[in-house]
Amino acid sequence: MSASVLGQSVRRKEDYRFLTGAGTYTDDVSVPGQLYAYFLRSPHAHARIRSIDTQAARAAPGVAAVFVGADLAGQVNGLPCGWLITGLDGQPMKEPPHPPLAQGKVRYVGDALAMVVAASLDQAKDAAESIAVDYEVLPAVVDPAQACAPGAPLVHDEVPANTCYVWGLGDKAAVDAAFAQAGHVTTLAFVNNRLIPNAIEPRAALAQYSRGDDSYTLHVTSQNPHVERLLMTAFVLNLPEHKVRVIAPDVGGGFGSKIFLYPEETVLTWAARQVNRPIKWTAERSESFLADAHGRDHVTRAELALTKDGKFLALRVHTTAAMGAYLSTFASCIPTILYATLLAGQYSTPRIYCEVTAVFTHTAPVDAYRGAGRPEATYVVERLVETAARELKIDPAEIRRRNFITQFPYQTPVALCYDTGNYPATLNEALRLADVAGFESRRKEAESRGKLRGIGYSAYIEACGLAPSNVAGSLGARAGLFEAAEVRVHPTGKVTVFTGSHSHGQGHETTFAQVVAERLGSSVEDVDVVHGDTGRIVFGMGTYGSRSLAVGGTAIVRAVDKVIAKGKKIAAHLLEAAEGDIEFAGGKFTVAGTDRELPFAQVALSAYVPHNYPLDKLEPGLDETAFYDPTNFTFPAGCHICEVEIDRATGETRIVNFTAVDDFGKVVNPMIVEGQVHGGLAQGIGQALLEACVYDRETGQLVTGSLMDYALPRSDDLPSFRVATQETPCTHNPLGVKGCGEAGAIGAPAAVMNAITDALWPLGIRDLPMPATPQTVWRALQSAPKPRGTRA
Amino acid sequence: MYAFDYVRPQTLKEAAAALRKSDQARFLAGGQSLVQALRLRLARPPLLIDLRAIDELNGIRVANNVVSIGAMTRHADVAAAKEVQRAIPALARVAAGIGDRQVRNQGTLGGSLANADPAADYPAAVLGLGATIVTSKREIPADKFFLGLFETALKPGEIIVRVDFPQPLRAGYAKFRHPASRFALVGVFVCDTTSGVRVAVTGAGPCAFRVKRMEKVLAKAFTPQAIEKIVLPAEGLNSDIHAAADYRAHLVTVMAQRAVTAAAKL
Ligand SMILES: Cc1cc2nc3c(=O)[nH]c(=O)nc-3n(C[C@H](O)[C@H](O)[C@H](O)COP(=O)(O)OP(=O)(O)OC[C@H]3O[C@@H](n4cnc5c(N)ncnc54)[C@H](O)[C@@H]3O)c2cc1C
Repeated sequence: MSASVLGQSVRRKEDYRFLTGAGTYTDDVSVPGQLYAYFLRSPHAHARIRSIDTQAARAAPGVAAVFVGADLAGQVNGLPCGWLITGLDGQPMKEPPHPPLAQGKVRYVGDALAMVVAASLDQAKDAAESIAVDYEVLPAVVDPAQACAPGAPLVHDEVPANTCYVWGLGDKAAVDAAFAQAGHVTTLAFVNNRLIPNAIEPRAALAQYSRGDDSYTLHVTSQNPHVERLLMTAFVLNLPEHKVRVIAPDVGGGFGSKIFLYPEETVLTWAARQVNRPIKWTAERSESFLADAHGRDHVTRAELALTKDGKFLALRVHTTAAMGAYLSTFASCIPTILYATLLAGQYSTPRIYCEVTAVFTHTAPVDAYRGAGRPEATYVVERLVETAARELKIDPAEIRRRNFITQFPYQTPVALCYDTGNYPATLNEALRLADVAGFESRRKEAESRGKLRGIGYSAYIEACGLAPSNVAGSLGARAGLFEAAEVRVHPTGKVTVFTGSHSHGQGHETTFAQVVAERLGSSVEDVDVVHGDTGRIVFGMGTYGSRSLAVGGTAIVRAVDKVIAKGKKIAAHLLEAAEGDIEFAGGKFTVAGTDRELPFAQVALSAYVPHNYPLDKLEPGLDETAFYDPTNFTFPAGCHICEVEIDRATGETRIVNFTAVDDFGKVVNPMIVEGQVHGGLAQGIGQALLEACVYDRETGQLVTGSLMDYALPRSDDLPSFRVATQETPCTHNPLGVKGCGEAGAIGAPAAVMNAITDALWPLGIRDLPMPATPQTVWRALQSAPKPRGTRA
Repeated sequence: MYAFDYVRPQTLKEAAAALRKSDQARFLAGGQSLVQALRLRLARPPLLIDLRAIDELNGIRVANNVVSIGAMTRHADVAAAKEVQRAIPALARVAAGIGDRQVRNQGTLGGSLANADPAADYPAAVLGLGATIVTSKREIPADKFFLGLFETALKPGEIIVRVDFPQPLRAGYAKFRHPASRFALVGVFVCDTTSGVRVAVTGAGPCAFRVKRMEKVLAKAFTPQAIEKIVLPAEGLNSDIHAAADYRAHLVTVMAQRAVTAAAKL
């Protein structure tokens, strides 16, 4: 039998089509008679719409229709939010309406207020220019820290103090008591900078209505087409779900931003029937900046209580989290369920309290972005831990060791139960790979070149594969959290897997094929993976939160196991043996203890050509479906170590080394995992050094509205990463896998900022805001308490 | 994009004839600035006159210690030209540091100068080297060319034909890249000639400008230390989210020092 295909860096099956331009993205799909949509967007952060005159636009050349908010009223509902948070006061969160086209008011720069449909995009744009909107411009608030201040402009009149909810987790009284007795308290106040996702493929949609059978087909850049369909049909458009097919073909990156149900595709789908023509819309990059859901945007004050010898006693965190102008699909659960619950990190901190105030601001909606809540939590914990270590003069690795959780399962004080992990192992391997022992001599050498060199750690934890559904439901989830899969064995034994998970860069077509090939003893080439089509796939919750393999992969395994179980029945009949005596291994059914065997393909053939077949007991065919609802989250964890050099003259920071040692449980395809880590690190480093979404405080204009002002990391901003994995298999899924998609973005920001503050600590600089741009670092150096400070 | 007419003349004469059809016409060179403006509907020319087929605008020649570069010469070609690397290596370096490979393979010297982006690299080199901009109508010394934000001495319909760069004793360019756009947040070109030193700055003001105080000091001592204490007043310098005026003023000094170091190495 050949070596296991699990754990092999099988080349990605999908790369041929991506690298040769043979992929099919939404914008590549064109149908006869298709029209083009253009959305007129608000130039103001906050304004009352006194009137909209579309007369000239409707008469403009090529225009088929112009729709404004009023045209949708009564037919198109507001967009729903998928998670109900209940506040400390016992009240449900405030859910102001989110009309797909603004009604009465616009609430952020980019808020769509009209859709023009025309024969060409340029005609639609021309017509949009002739729409006269009479705005009464109103004052705006864009800074979450200012949103609840008395007198702050209200985003929604019915939401006092712009407060969506005030939510808490943990035992506040016990935490306060622990602080009162602490030997040392470390306090930090910071902003977790707002980010704009910038997937390489902008959002796009093509909506078709078929008068013949009263059905709809929507091609859309979605990470979860079934959820998109469910929300759209059941909540917004009141369409029969079975008459709507949503296809998310090749999708060029999502990072969370394509999870959500957006206004554009909703209006497009509705309008396709109104005009009885297919309508296409593809966002331009400028629109992506304005109207994709953004990420992060927290203002936090965090305190860690310790004993004098560095044992953590309690953690207290207050966060104000921006929701933007409207609640996006999962906005409410990001700074709560996916944030506060992670604040134990890798540590046995016995008491934790976190309070979160979610606020509306006159900005684009904020929702999940790679890591979603967990990068923010890791930043809180790991910046505090490293700062405490420095204040107490304890080695940062040592203070972590003193507090690591070592007994599993471990129930945290913030609701999660970690099933397994080995935090000293990832720390030790990272220390070795990063050559921490040699750091001091590297630092001295850098000093001789006039550079400040620093090293920083981040020992992160994340929770992936959000689950189980019933627990999530009791916490406010309005959706299930399972995944579905169908494994269809063809008469020749070749296999098509239909997964409810979606790949937009993750390499499912390869990884999932490996999982199936391993189990069936077939080759990766004989297994195709189909995803992203409600017309072909039974159901699915899609891809987010690093859940694809842990949840989607497990559903596939369950379906494969059903195939094998049925195959054994067929084989027993063909081999004239008892079913209990049939074994399956290496692609063959064998009668235990004999040399009588049947290859898998032959059993498959029998299932479809059932001449010699137990038709009285067994249905023909070999096609099995499974739904899998996990019993717990998975808990990937790891240790990142970053080394930086700072140019004193310009304030510029270069990352000279970056080491990431991650525990993702079992690794199916090391190359794909490494790619996921690289991408995540790039985004995490981007957050720490480069990326910041800036809205003008006075006007609410998006200052960083293009790549000319919003700094994405480029390859030469990054070092060559040193990455490795450690393995403690997840205990509650058959593959032992945990998830790897977000780890880089979760761990990296704290590691980078810990390295920068390490370099600057001798100068008396204790903290810096992200992103640590050259100007930010230079300013800190200018006002450093000890400008010529040297190391103790 | 709004609709426009398009012509592709073969000679400067034909271009002039095309111009007579419309006083609102725009020239198209590499399109790296103009096409963006068109796509964003920020410009609405009725006619585009594509300069790419006009041979007179192309080519690099070195004679009598002057490097003449045709306006339509691509950044990549300037960067790769052996004769430029030999005569004025700092100029080749400037071209090599513009944008990315795609931009360098399309963007042109003439387009960059006519566009006069406050953060563009070439203006620092042109001003620093004391070059002469030769147009379809006249010769304009660099000192008289850059007038303000996206504003030059070019008259409507005037075409940059080539730029003549006198060969210096030594020269250096130091660029502090804008973190997002990679244009010059601040770029300083320093040039040592028999008739004195020139220091030209881009990125810091509405257009490229010289720093006479540094020039005087460097003429006496061409060392980075000599200008360490010369910091421009922040007032009047560009200020944005990436660099406030005082930071830009500081960077001018640091980049000038680094340009001197680069020049001194040659
Ligand atoms: C992604 C990107 C990154 C960039 N990075 C940098 C950078 O780091 N540094 C930098 O300096 N620049 C940078 N640029 C700008 C680039 O150098 C452009 O090439 C340059 O600004 C314009 O040159 P062009 O040939 O493309 O001109 P075009 O865009 O074709 O024209 C620009 C303007 O000049 C006029 N014009 C063109 N040629 C002539 C002529 N011969 N006579 C009179 N008028 C003329 C046109 O009518 C137009 O108004 C970047 C551009 C991009 C897209």
